[in-house]
Amino acid sequence: MHEVMGMAKLIRKRETLLFAIIVVMIAVFSTRAADFASPDNLAGIFNDTAILIILALAQMTVILTKSIDLSVAANLAFTGMAIAMMNAAFPGLPLIALILAAIVIGAALGSINGFLVWRLEIPPIVVTLGTLTIYRGMAFVLSGGAWVNAHQMTPIFLSVPRTPILGLPVLSWVAIIIVALMYMLLRYSQFGRSAYATGGNPTAAVYAGIDTGKTKFLAFVLSGALAGLSSYLWVSRYAVAYVDIANGFELDSVAACVIGGISIAGGVGSVAGTVLGALFLGVIKNALPVIGISPFTQMAISGTVIILAVVFNARRERNRGRIILRDRAAAEVAA
Amino acid sequence: MRGISQIFPGVKALDNVSIALYPGKVTALIGENGAGKSTLVKILTGIYWPNEGEILVDGRPVTFASAQAAIDAGVTAIHQETVLFDELTVAENIFLGHAPRTRLRTIDWQAMNSRSRALLTALESNIDPTIRLKDLSIAQRHLVAIARALSIEARIVIMDEPTAALSRKEIDDLFRIVRGLKEQGKAILFISHKFDELYEIADDFVVFRDGRAVGQGRLKETPQDEIVRMMVGRDVENVFPKTEVAIGGPVLEVEKYCHRTEFRDISLTLRKGEILGVYGLIGAGRSELAQSLFGITRPLSGRLVLEGREISINSPHDAIRAGIVYVPEERGRHGLALPMPIYQNMTLPSLTRTSRKGFLQAAQEFALARKYAERLDLRAAALSVPVGTLSGGNQQKVVIGKWLATMPKVIILDEPTKGIDIGSKAAVHGFISELAAEGLSIIMISSELPEIIGMSDRVLVMKEGLSAGLFERNQLSPEALVRTATGNA
Repeated sequence: MHEVMGMAKLIRKRETLLFAIIVVMIAVFSTRAADFASPDNLAGIFNDTAILIILALAQMTVILTKSIDLSVAANLAFTGMAIAMMNAAFPGLPLIALILAAIVIGAALGSINGFLVWRLEIPPIVVTLGTLTIYRGMAFVLSGGAWVNAHQMTPIFLSVPRTPILGLPVLSWVAIIIVALMYMLLRYSQFGRSAYATGGNPTAAVYAGIDTGKTKFLAFVLSGALAGLSSYLWVSRYAVAYVDIANGFELDSVAACVIGGISIAGGVGSVAGTVLGALFLGVIKNALPVIGISPFTQMAISGTVIILAVVFNARRERNRGRIILRDRAAAEVAA
Repeated sequence: MRGISQIFPGVKALDNVSIALYPGKVTALIGENGAGKSTLVKILTGIYWPNEGEILVDGRPVTFASAQAAIDAGVTAIHQETVLFDELTVAENIFLGHAPRTRLRTIDWQAMNSRSRALLTALESNIDPTIRLKDLSIAQRHLVAIARALSIEARIVIMDEPTAALSRKEIDDLFRIVRGLKEQGKAILFISHKFDELYEIADDFVVFRDGRAVGQGRLKETPQDEIVRMMVGRDVENVFPKTEVAIGGPVLEVEKYCHRTEFRDISLTLRKGEILGVYGLIGAGRSELAQSLFGITRPLSGRLVLEGREISINSPHDAIRAGIVYVPEERGRHGLALPMPIYQNMTLPSLTRTSRKGFLQAAQEFALARKYAERLDLRAAALSVPVGTLSGGNQQKVVIGKWLATMPKVIILDEPTKGIDIGSKAAVHGFISELAAEGLSIIMISSELPEIIGMSDRVLVMKEGLSAGLFERNQLSPEALVRTATGNA
């Protein structure tokens, strides 16, 4: 029973530990830059990290099913370009129609990934590595390489995510709502449970009557839909759409998951962990320029943190592995 | 080897076993599944370390710290399931780890291929050593495994059911090779379930039962009946809490079920409250039959009638809905998602019942899990801890609990007590009886004779994918079952 208590504590401790590290980091940075820990600045960091949080949750759902979606950022770029051009061409279209269009286009691109993984049983990393290039290429074909700039966009298209409600911009509120919805979905829906089971033990999931292929498909569709939603937030926030927006952002979303304790092997992870993982990256990104560290050093620091997080995870997995091995040995006795 | 014991948590797999192998002799190792044969092989090949006892080679004690150490000492094994690499060539598989080198220490492909060809020719096989293993048939892979064993200049060769996947002609070839090895003065430990083969090839024998060596001697001077008695040798009737249950009408009727490769023409009728045992050797097609009844694989042809209505099952989901569930043999691989909490594992096949409008009701989930945890006397700190933290016996309870929670009509148990200790075994047997008494119909696949005989109302014996006999409870005898399953009627 000791082992049981230890494990449960460790799992609970993981999120608390990450939270504590973030708090300590903020405290340390605020000794260098006095107002770093001010509520305004912290709210700003959260707002800056909002899109990463949404994409990391999309990525997490896919990773839970033992897959990976490397095409989220390319999906964002294509969808963002599509709705920016729609906005420029038809300024009369209501914003809600554009947002719905973004979600639908994103989901459609996600369903292509899902279909290839489900029906053709191609490994997800191969599928999404391919579609990553294809979706970005499509963004180029669609725009002919041209930019859509702020002056071509309608004022409402640009202003909504910045509008403050109760002290926080809409962008932050969207992230908060998505976090809440994802928590509910993964914890209380059949889909969420199926996702954990599909990654935790695919064979056992099949034996329990779960359609693991369909679960993966749905995870990719969800991931695409969230990438589509993020595309509007991104284009509006940075007031520009071009082929290379969010380049490399898919790796940030994976990094947030890994730092947050999502097992790349699938089946393990929590929404809270992913959000904290994204915030961790957000704090570092915002802090390092403040204390005068170059962007290249920033990248090296982010990379180091990711590897440390993986080492931490691997140690935890090994603890679990030992138990499995012992059972294997016991089972083999009977063989 | 002398006084070897091997203890796993909760299971004593080998208990003070001593055996001796002599150069130029074939020793047969005989015993039921679970008697400890494979454990002994793993100790001799350096995969497990014995907790007690010692291994002597030429009278000198040796310790096998690793698989490589065993190979260096001249021990090689051909395993039941050959451990080879699909993507490597035949020659690479044969010489993996001891490939011939050129003077520059790079791999000498020419020598490797030509020596592979020579080894395979000696086995009267014309397999091309440069093709990839994945393009070979199962029997050909076995020959590659044998060639690999021969490529290591071994003095002690262990063959763990080497004939299981071979045809008669290939077996004859193998035996010719074994005789050749004997003449070269190698000591051979030969494990097989097939008596006709053993009498053909072996000189001495050792019988294992429950991790002990219960008899040894010269095979030619010992009749088969006596060996079967040594294998089985225990008073089986009293140990099992099989209660008399009034058996009702037919619940599940299987008619002429055929699988593409694994079984043919299996028909059976399962009645209400009945425990139907399915006995046979490994590879007889028992688990494959169960998996096709559960919708994991689809049968080629055949009819399935449940409570008088013909049904078709295309997925486990269909089977669970119809009321047929399957508790698989490998609980780790097939049964449980180890990182997930106990209660989530328990409710996994019943999600539609514990949710409303697609949303899971935590209270209902816990209630369902608690009900079966109590019923099965599950020992855990809390229902929310990961299943991976439980002991083997308790994990097995979660597997059984999760299937009972679906409220099935027919439950198929595949080796329900494999790998769990004696005490838990009795509890599982008691529980199976209880379920039958409640009117559940049970198909119990088992390789353990006492369990089959002690628990079953009727027993279907399968042999090489065919139904080899159906025995009523009053006709059951270990000797009859073993003879039917091994084909020595």
